[in-house]
Amino acid sequence: MKIDLYTDGTPMMFSDDPMTRRQALKAGLLATAGLLLPGRALVGPLSAANRASDPAAATPTTAQPRAKAVIQIWLWGGSCHIDTFDPKPTAGRDYIGQFEKPIATNVDGIQLNELLPVLAKTADKFSLIRSMTHGNNGHETASYLVQTGRQPGDRQVYPSMGAVVSLFKGYDAGYKGLIPPYVVLTEPQGRFSEAGFLGSRFKPYATGGDPGQTRFAVEGVVAPGITEARQQSRRDLLHNLNTLEHALKSDPQIENAAECEKQAYDLILGDAGKVFDLAQEKDALRERYGRNTFGQSCLMARRLVEKGVPYITINYKGWDTHKQHFQTMRRKLPELDKGLATLLQDLQERGLLGSTIVWCCGEFGRTPKVLWEAPWNGGRNHFGKVFSALVAGGGFKGGQVLGASNATGEEVKDRPVYPCDLIGTMYDLLGIDTNARLPHPQGLDTRVSPPLGDKTASGGRLVELI
Amino acid sequence: MYLIRILVAVMLLFSDSASAVEASPNPYEMPEFTTKPTALDELVWSRLEKLDLKPARPCSDAVFLRRVYLDVIGTLPTVKEATRFYADRSPNKRAALIDQLLARDEYTDYWTMKWCDVLRVKAEFPINLWPNAAQAYHRWIRTAIRDNLPYDQFARALLTSSGSNFRVAPVNFYRAMQNREPTGIAQTVALTFMGQRADKWPAERQEQLAAFFNKIGAKSTQEWKEEIIFFDPSKTNTESLAAVRFPDGSVARLESDADPRIVFADWLVRPENPYFTRAVANRYWCWLLGRGIVHEVDDLRPDNPPANPELLAYLERELRSAKYDLKQLLRLILNSHTYQLSSLPADTEHVELARANFAFYPVRRLDAEVLIDALNEITGGKEQYTSAIPEPFTFIPEDFRSISLPDGSISSPFLEMFGRPPRDTGLESERNNRLTAAQRLHLLNSSQLQRKLEGSTRLEHFLNASTVTRPELAGLYLTILSRYPADAEAEVALAYYQKNKTKSREAALDLAWALINSAEFLYRH
Repeated sequence: MKIDLYTDGTPMMFSDDPMTRRQALKAGLLATAGLLLPGRALVGPLSAANRASDPAAATPTTAQPRAKAVIQIWLWGGSCHIDTFDPKPTAGRDYIGQFEKPIATNVDGIQLNELLPVLAKTADKFSLIRSMTHGNNGHETASYLVQTGRQPGDRQVYPSMGAVVSLFKGYDAGYKGLIPPYVVLTEPQGRFSEAGFLGSRFKPYATGGDPGQTRFAVEGVVAPGITEARQQSRRDLLHNLNTLEHALKSDPQIENAAECEKQAYDLILGDAGKVFDLAQEKDALRERYGRNTFGQSCLMARRLVEKGVPYITINYKGWDTHKQHFQTMRRKLPELDKGLATLLQDLQERGLLGSTIVWCCGEFGRTPKVLWEAPWNGGRNHFGKVFSALVAGGGFKGGQVLGASNATGEEVKDRPVYPCDLIGTMYDLLGIDTNARLPHPQGLDTRVSPPLGDKTASGGRLVELI
Repeated sequence: MYLIRILVAVMLLFSDSASAVEASPNPYEMPEFTTKPTALDELVWSRLEKLDLKPARPCSDAVFLRRVYLDVIGTLPTVKEATRFYADRSPNKRAALIDQLLARDEYTDYWTMKWCDVLRVKAEFPINLWPNAAQAYHRWIRTAIRDNLPYDQFARALLTSSGSNFRVAPVNFYRAMQNREPTGIAQTVALTFMGQRADKWPAERQEQLAAFFNKIGAKSTQEWKEEIIFFDPSKTNTESLAAVRFPDGSVARLESDADPRIVFADWLVRPENPYFTRAVANRYWCWLLGRGIVHEVDDLRPDNPPANPELLAYLERELRSAKYDLKQLLRLILNSHTYQLSSLPADTEHVELARANFAFYPVRRLDAEVLIDALNEITGGKEQYTSAIPEPFTFIPEDFRSISLPDGSISSPFLEMFGRPPRDTGLESERNNRLTAAQRLHLLNSSQLQRKLEGSTRLEHFLNASTVTRPELAGLYLTILSRYPADAEAEVALAYYQKNKTKSREAALDLAWALINSAEFLYRH
């Protein structure tokens, strides 16, 4: 196997010879009990044995997956690492701009931006990765990379993590909830077709509406101004006027339509839709989350987790701060702080943090060097070389920092973490076999994660955080 | 004006239609065709006879009208068009309507949209044509469809053009694919023009096909995102030239200074080529009848035989003798009794066999684009289409119809929710017209739909009517379902209105809502 190195010395795999069953047999690894579990056998023992000689190999991170749900907080546009989770107080004004006084947290040695005081009190519950890297500065390609772990430009469009989780934890895996298994609050990202080749069935269900409003009018579930009695009576009317449906009762398409209608009404009229009624929460808790769209989205995400929804993305817009960067941070960071910290606390108080992964990052970081000149006037551009991610729950340790950037936040100094490492670790925590096949419309052999020896760069699974 | 027109039309025609409805057990069928079966029908009937299957009854005028509008122009008939058609007593009125529709601008828009799915017209990830080129590519395809460019010339232009992606638009064929290596191009060419999945071929056959596409050069210019596609003789063939074979096994003569794409195109569009005509005839059949004679339409292979080989051979012959006039092929199919069968299977026991052999017209949910256009047409509503990338974002005038959107990257949440193809691969299966619970929820209860109905300029006269009686109800049925209500339906609807008369506007809204949510509205039938 030929191993190339990145400039920072990270191994990068360029082999055409992915790990095969033959190699596995040769390594004497298939004689384990894993054989009884088709499709799950390879990953664990194989990579453990392989790790010494092949640093890019996937490493099993946990023997007992505990995570049942994922909340992805997506900082749409790319948040600045040094103004959030990786402050650089000594880098000088050209780098740090307006935030010169990072604050200590309840974990020795970890500092955060001064506008994140509530998170600072919660630092024992989450870990930070300060060495995220992929080097891609385009929104759509970087969004694809961070959420699929795949390099763009392959002939395939792979599904995002949410679609993969909804495949393995959704309806085909016994999930019975009426709320679709992959929910996005409140709008789809629109950066790439999130379901990839899995097709539109695996697209996220976008709630629409605004949880920050008095009533969260989830599109389709809550119709303001229509009483329950009217819902009921016009449903009867529809049934009585649905002449073609009556004439074609046994047609599979029409049968499916009737089933969909039933499910829809279970949400509209039944109890399932009540999950979206945030008024059921105590005012004090709603305040703690922050009375804004993001804060209430975090609360909403917790309620969905309680209902068994396996994957929720909070699509948190507004981080693409080429201009007005510091003004925007002063507005957004307190929102992020309250919402995210309260989410972690609340999940823990309810005993859900152990089974719920929370991860928070954008598609890339932002240029550590502030662009003081016109037209940016104190802005930051895209920066895929280094960024930070926050992870918590579901088997991740709290209070840790993994990896480091250099003094200016411009280079990865220590322990690079590539998107596939982070995603692969989360799959491990969820008990999703990264070598499992994904159904492909042309029947191609496509797997959850890039195979060993693929051109995808890797720094290995995040064993340090487990 | 609109109201008056409807009322006049309704009053003129009301008695006629009522008697027509009575004569038939349901509004979807009629006892006899007024025309003779065609040569195409004989082939379908003879296959059905062999299988001991009966064809469905002829579809009613109401069903035909709606079906042919949706299939040919992706657009609902207006009330005026519907009433005029029902009033026409000529036995050939269906053929006349088919000709009218094939000449409409919406025909061009709708069939351009279908081809843009196949040809992957998309500015952004993962196709990355970029907006300028996507627009140029779309415009070229649209012009070809409008002018009914013979299909062999259409294919040849896409395969052999050289020049700037902005100025010689068909060169974008070679840019609109994720893998632009010779093997990737070969797979796309096979999928597009031969209906075959070359990635499943033996490696050697794939390499042979790839050899025709390994002298394609690409270079950028001073202009942002401009790219010149050209024949680059300096690229050396890795294969020995003499050994290159066409996919049918015949030997190709490749000269080192001749563009091999042209050699390939010459072979492809020859009348005796076994793949080219078959693939497009099968695709067009599928686009009208919901299922290919070979199913799926982009998976033609020896072990996936046609359900009715004679029928497919007939379509191929006709297309060749019409010199690849695709409109003529459509006309041939649309005028057949087979196309004009009801969607109610005659034999409820062997439905799947009957479906595979075209014994009835299969119901399918409206395409995402057609559905939102229809909703907007009925309500006078609008939709916002945008492209999220790259910045600056693209915004489209709100009254734009989605069947005319040029670029797969320009979209709306509705289109995404209802399974519009992402145009990543050109596979037919990218379009997903299977109704989901989330879609149902949206149609039944979303604020988007509710707002469209409540703010409807087209339905205003109905919603604000002092009372709703049979003529007003007929107007509503014609607007939404393009037909008159049957007596039983009118009874139910008017009873509902009477019962809720204290809130008459709400009751009227509910009636419109119910028709929009009926299977008859949501499905081609």
